[in-house]
Amino acid sequence: MWRIAVAVGTALYLALVGLPLVALVVRVPPGDLIRRAASPLVLQAFKLSLFTSLTATLLVAAFGLPVAYILATRNFPGRRVLETLAELPMVIPPTVAGVGLLLAFGRAGLAGGVLSALGLQIPFTTLAVVIAEAFVAMPFFVSTTAAGLREVEPRYREAAVTLGATPPYTFRRVLLPLAFPSLMAGGAMTWARALGEFGATITFAGNLPGRTETLPLAVYIALQSDLPAAVALSVILLIFSFALLLTLRSFSTGWHGTRIYAHASRR
Amino acid sequence: MLLPVLCLLAQAPAQRTLTVFAAASLQGPFAALGDSLERARPGLKVTFSFAGSQTLALQIQQGAPADVFASADDHWMSVVKDSGRVRGEPRVFAHNQLIVIIPASNPGHVTELADLGRPRLKIVLAAEAVPAGRYARVVLANLARLPGYGADFAARVGANVVSNEENVKSVVTKVQLGEADAGIVYGSDVTGSVADHVSTIGIPAAANIIADYPIAVLAHAPDREDAAAFVALVFSHVGQRVLAARGLTPASH
Repeated sequence: MWRIAVAVGTALYLALVGLPLVALVVRVPPGDLIRRAASPLVLQAFKLSLFTSLTATLLVAAFGLPVAYILATRNFPGRRVLETLAELPMVIPPTVAGVGLLLAFGRAGLAGGVLSALGLQIPFTTLAVVIAEAFVAMPFFVSTTAAGLREVEPRYREAAVTLGATPPYTFRRVLLPLAFPSLMAGGAMTWARALGEFGATITFAGNLPGRTETLPLAVYIALQSDLPAAVALSVILLIFSFALLLTLRSFSTGWHGTRIYAHASRR
Repeated sequence: MLLPVLCLLAQAPAQRTLTVFAAASLQGPFAALGDSLERARPGLKVTFSFAGSQTLALQIQQGAPADVFASADDHWMSVVKDSGRVRGEPRVFAHNQLIVIIPASNPGHVTELADLGRPRLKIVLAAEAVPAGRYARVVLANLARLPGYGADFAARVGANVVSNEENVKSVVTKVQLGEADAGIVYGSDVTGSVADHVSTIGIPAAANIIADYPIAVLAHAPDREDAAAFVALVFSHVGQRVLAARGLTPASH
């Protein structure tokens, strides 16, 4: 009975998620796909998407790791508020996030004066794309990494401390390696979210080929006048994302699905 | 647990819904006309989907359940008509013209049309597939042919474009917020609340376009009678006055 329920559930899930993807793929003849993939406009959007999503992911990792560390290892007044704040960009509609970014970092925004004085005008630039993508993707990294760090058995940390390790050393040599799979999983989700970002990007960074027209934006604009082109672009994005996510997944769980740090507990 | 379900069911007497797909630039006047029709026909609820005409045309072609389509140009109406989704003939109910808007604070120091060609200005237009975007580019090409702008005017302005927006209202927003130095939108987009935040620069009649707004009842319209009533309202004296009050030129003129 239980097995039937699981099988039915899985089948329904695959139908809901898989059918739209299959519908997209079967619409494009392979020759057409390759031809479009090689066109300069698509290559441009692809390169831009790759660059901005990777940069955004690195930025998120750099800024998100300290936050995840504090949330996982320290208890302090206002911790729940910080935790909720870190998760908030996930809940805000991306377009609203874009408006917020515009009102904050735009030329006429809250920080506009300061930025202009420094010679920086962010909207309509590639930097704006990176910021928009980082903003919406940040919660994925912080939540996953904090959870991963929290999962590391306290006795390993305690053992390190009793052996005379400083907090930075403990973090680098004990926590981080043990939480590495979660970090990679978080990084993968962050990158995926950044790559697919649309609403905040088009609102904050605008839409200009070569500078701010990422692949999702190119798909949307193509949709306005050329459905086959939009479908082909979508399939390209799909194939690329699937391949990269599959590769990243192998880092977080090992090729045979076992947890990498499992052998640490066997010692 | 049963109570909310009962409440939901209780809210569904015989209420008819009319779905109107209309170009983003028609938001103001059509919302008012929708209210008008609801008051005249109790039991009717008019819902709107405002977006770029190209987006709506695509949705209709894919079978979206709309009763009426009002486009910002003949092109997208023809696309819908060619796909066999129009009942009868589309009719032009209003005209619109383009205008240049600049933020009230005028960060780009734009005082006249020719300034748009000045290097390093930030100009926002609608994307080319959007009627407003196509019209804007035609206007720029027209201006380049007039004395005083230079033959490369359109190219110089093109180099200043920092974003191609999906619909004309997004252009208004970016200028209103002061993020863009200038934008080209419809005259009707400079509504009451917008006018407080932007200044306008007129486009000479010799270069300006006249946008034709056609409206049509759709072939598979679930609610044909109310659809026809809405179209009739748009063409009526009341309707044409509402359109004129919001910056559009009535078709009757």
